[in-house]
Amino acid sequence: MIRVTRRYEFSASHRLHAPGLTDEENHRLYGKCNNPFGHGHNYVLEVSVRGVVDPQSGRAVDPAALDQLVHDKVVRAFNHKNLNEQIEAFEHVVPTSENLGLLIHKRLEQGWTGMFPGPWPRLEKVRIAETPRNIFEVNGNHES
Amino acid sequence: MFITRKIEFSASHVCANPALPEEENRRLFGDAANPYGHGHNYVVEVTLEGDPDPVNGMVLDLKELKTILNREVVDRFDHRFLNKEVPPFDRIVPTVENIAIEIWNRILPSLSRPPAKLHSVRVYETPDLYVDYFGEAA
Repeated sequence: MIRVTRRYEFSASHRLHAPGLTDEENHRLYGKCNNPFGHGHNYVLEVSVRGVVDPQSGRAVDPAALDQLVHDKVVRAFNHKNLNEQIEAFEHVVPTSENLGLLIHKRLEQGWTGMFPGPWPRLEKVRIAETPRNIFEVNGNHES
Repeated sequence: MFITRKIEFSASHVCANPALPEEENRRLFGDAANPYGHGHNYVVEVTLEGDPDPVNGMVLDLKELKTILNREVVDRFDHRFLNKEVPPFDRIVPTVENIAIEIWNRILPSLSRPPAKLHSVRVYETPDLYVDYFGEAA
């Protein structure tokens, strides 16, 4: 068994603002991330896959297939978008990187068996870096 | 406690299985099947698990680890064409997966004495693609 990790990037804007809180509370909670005009990040996404090395190909996952899935489900969907305004899942949910990580994990899981119908490879982990200093990881068994 | 040492080597390879026809290799590996080969700067992170020795405060003498990694990995792999010069890659495809497994198998005999135990081998083929191998049992 081996873990293969591939790294992707996308750039998007967001604003942290919880609809159930007052403007003042939001400002206190999120500080400059609550700026009403929003702000952006170059997100770095690492997708880790667990698999068995196929003796013929020497590979545990076809990187082109993984790229296609991640591009379809994540990079193309989020790149150069305003997460609050253009991503349906964030209509009523704050697009923190915690929630973004969970959404990315869910979207990859949804497309997984279509791209990888066999028992392996499996999605093991999604790691999203909002900045080089703020990093969020979602493992396989999360509640969402 | 985990302790990690990083090494680098530069090598060329062809991702192709000699048992398959060229067309099939092209389909499977794309540009990486180019028979003339291409290269990478590989970065390897070797992680050991253990407790610091109460006398010397070390999990393993890092000089010793460096010597092992240079002998088993860098000296064999650096500035080589893996398929042509570094067995077993004359028989098995030198994908980053197989390179990680080969490095694990090569260094394991020198790193299986207590207190330090080999935990994982991470190999970066590029900054955007890496694998972690934890041994056969994991």
